[in-house]
Amino acid sequence: MGVRFLIPGPLQPFSGGRPAVALDVSPATIAEALAALGVAHPGLCERILTERGEVRPHVNVFVAETNIRDAGGLAARVPEGCEIAILPAVSGG
Amino acid sequence: MPAKKLKPPAPLTVRDGDVLLLVGTMKGLFLLRSDGKRRRWAMTGPFFPGSSVYAAALDTRAGRRRLWAAPSSMHWGAELAWSDDFGKSWQRPATPRVRFPESSGSALKNIWQIAPGRPDRPDTLYCGVEPSALFESRDAGETWTLNEGLWNHPHRAKWMPGGGGLCLHTVLVDPTRSGRLTVASSTGGVYRSDDGGRSWQARNRGVRAEFLPDKHPEFGQCVHKIAHHAAQPGRLFLQNHWGLYRSDDGGDSWQDVANGVPSDFGFCIGTHPRDPDTAFIVPLHSDGFRCTPDGKLRVYRTRDAGASWQPMTRGLPQKDALETVVRDGMAVDGLDPAGVYFGTRSGKVYGARDDGRTWELLREGLPPIVCVKAAVAENVRVRARRRLTRAA
Repeated sequence: MGVRFLIPGPLQPFSGGRPAVALDVSPATIAEALAALGVAHPGLCERILTERGEVRPHVNVFVAETNIRDAGGLAARVPEGCEIAILPAVSGG
Repeated sequence: MPAKKLKPPAPLTVRDGDVLLLVGTMKGLFLLRSDGKRRRWAMTGPFFPGSSVYAAALDTRAGRRRLWAAPSSMHWGAELAWSDDFGKSWQRPATPRVRFPESSGSALKNIWQIAPGRPDRPDTLYCGVEPSALFESRDAGETWTLNEGLWNHPHRAKWMPGGGGLCLHTVLVDPTRSGRLTVASSTGGVYRSDDGGRSWQARNRGVRAEFLPDKHPEFGQCVHKIAHHAAQPGRLFLQNHWGLYRSDDGGDSWQDVANGVPSDFGFCIGTHPRDPDTAFIVPLHSDGFRCTPDGKLRVYRTRDAGASWQPMTRGLPQKDALETVVRDGMAVDGLDPAGVYFGTRSGKVYGARDDGRTWELLREGLPPIVCVKAAVAENVRVRARRRLTRAA
C-alpha cells in the first residue's frame, strides 16, 4: 500500500517538481515516514525538519486530517496507505 | 483561489566594471545594476520571493563572479544559495550546507552575514548566523564548519537576544594581518581572534551597555554594526545600541565619537574605501522610536574620524520622512568618488555617487529592506571569452 506525501509548491523543486510523492514503505510512525522521505528526497526532509530532527515551528504535518502536533508529534502513528500532507502554517508577515 | 505563479525575474546583463547593488528584503533579493557612472540603474527580482534575505555577497576572487544569498523562509528554514550568472540560475543544495552539528544541540535560524575571506585565501568564506555563531568554509562554500572556538567561549551562554534575535551579524576579515578576524554579535558585543579563529577575546572596552546595571561590562553590549577601513583595518567605527564609537587599535579600546549627531542610536555604518577618516551613519531617534529624528532623512558623514559629523541632506526628504535603516542597510562601493547606498524599511533605495553629498532615490516600493551590498563586477568578459573559445 505504501504512503503518499502531498508536497506544497515551495518544496516541489526538491520533489522533482511533483506535487505528491508515493513511497512503497510501511512506516509505523511519522518519524519513520519522514526518514523514508529523506532517503528518497533529502531536500524535502531538510526543509520540513531542523537539523535537530524537529518539525520546523511553522510547518504542519497532517496524517490524513490529523495534525501530528495533536497526535504525539513525530511518534504519531501512520496507518497503512494513508496520505501525509506537508503544509505551511498560516504564519507570515 | 490559487496564487498566480510568479514570473521569474528578468535576466540582468552585467559587464565588467558595472556596479551591482544586492538588496535583500523581507520578501526576496533584488539586484540593481549600473555602469561605473552610476546614473541609471536597472533592477531585477525578486529572487526567492517570500523569503527574507538578510545576507548577500559577490565573490570575485580567483576569477569568480559568484553571487551568494541567504534566503530564509519562515516555514522552510534558512539556506545558502549561489549563482554564477548574476541570478539567471541559482544553486540550492538539497542538504543546506550551513548547519549546526548534532553535538551543538542547536538549529540554524537565519544567516546574517556572508563574508569572503582574505584575497590570498580565495576559497575561504565566513557566515555569521543566528543563533550567534560563526561558520567557515575553506573549499569555496562546498562544506562549512562551526567555529568551535567562539561557540565554546564561556561568555556565549550569557549573550542575550536583541530585537532581531541572537545573531552574529558582522564578520570583518583583516586584509593586512593574517589570522585576524573580528565579529560582532547582538548581544554579546565585539570579539576578535588573532589566530585564525582558534581563540577569541571580547573587545568592548569603552562601549556602553545602557540596558544593563553595569554600564561597562567586559561583554554583553548590543553592538549593532562595526565597519573597518580596508586600507587601515585597525581603524574601526561602531554603531551601538546607544553609542557611536571609533577604535584606532583594532578594537582594543573604543572612544565615543558621537559629536554633533542628533542621536547616537542607530544601526548601520559605512566606511569610505580610501579615506580612513570618513564614515557614514543614519541616526535614529531612540530605541523606543526607531525612526529618523524630526521626520528628516539624514545621512551623517564625518571626514575627521568622528570629531564632527555633518548632515547630508541634498536629495533626501526633510519632512514627514520617518524612516528606518537597519544594521546591514548601508553599503559603499569602491569607486572614486565613492558611491554610498542605503535601503529603508519602507522599501526605498537611495544612492549618492559623490562620497555621500548628493542623494537620489534609486528605487521605491520594494518590500522592507534588511540588507544592501555594493560590489563592482569582475570576471564577466573573461568568462564570456572562454565560452567563445570553447565553442570554436
